[in-house]
Amino acid sequence: MNIPIDYYLILSGFMFIVGVAGVLTRRNAIIVFMSVELMLNSANLTLVTFSSYLGNSVGQLFVFFVMTVAAAEAAVGLAIIIAMFRNKLTLNIDEINILKW
Amino acid sequence: MSLQLALFILFGAVAAISAVLMITRESPVISALFLILNFASLAGLYLTLNAQFIAVTQVIVYAGAIMVLFLFVIMLLKPEHEKFFSIHPKMKIFTFIIALIVFVQLVFMIVFSQTLKSSGPNLAASIKAGTIEEIGRQLYTNYILPFEAAGYLLLAATIGALVLAKKKFE
Repeated sequence: MNIPIDYYLILSGFMFIVGVAGVLTRRNAIIVFMSVELMLNSANLTLVTFSSYLGNSVGQLFVFFVMTVAAAEAAVGLAIIIAMFRNKLTLNIDEINILKW
Repeated sequence: MSLQLALFILFGAVAAISAVLMITRESPVISALFLILNFASLAGLYLTLNAQFIAVTQVIVYAGAIMVLFLFVIMLLKPEHEKFFSIHPKMKIFTFIIALIVFVQLVFMIVFSQTLKSSGPNLAASIKAGTIEEIGRQLYTNYILPFEAAGYLLLAATIGALVLAKKKFE
């Protein structure tokens, strides 16, 4: 525990920003979805860092629940992407606009 | 240089570089493989933070189950090449400038905040907090209700994924 907490937080912030840039610049629905997973993981890294530096296990419990929600989200999201691909034969999120009229 | 710092630099560099490569590659399969590398190096970072249980869960759930699902869907769909529908290059440059500004702001806030500078790290408490014994005790006593709710959430997600992916909707 002899390295400053700032290092972990800055790495986590960097990964979050990379995830945001991925969501904004990519147009492939699956890659946008993977960037969201990257952002979730950077938040997990922050939670584990604070949990470890404070000696309190509640942060790691939160990470456990975040992983559960991420697994559920991946299953449902990929099912939605498969259904979309069946209907429109594309993964371009600029063309998937059936809720807009 | 201590071992923890060396391991942090190794895993942190791999995590940061693979994250950047993940959003810049054109092929979705290669992006997914770099994301797996990123998750695996995050598991190593969790080990340097004495979080053994979370590190193992990260490898099994994220780098294992979730990314296999992603790769499976990518290879099932075989999407057209992204060159045909990428956004304008000026928009990309604009996005990266905005992201850089936000990152500099974040670093400024983290470096100049005083929240945790005073509290000294406690190695024994940190190691105890990361064991599966402590996490399991918390999970089955104080957090039993969220634990049950997570079970129902997974059940609902299973049924929802089946219904959504089963047949064509109008």
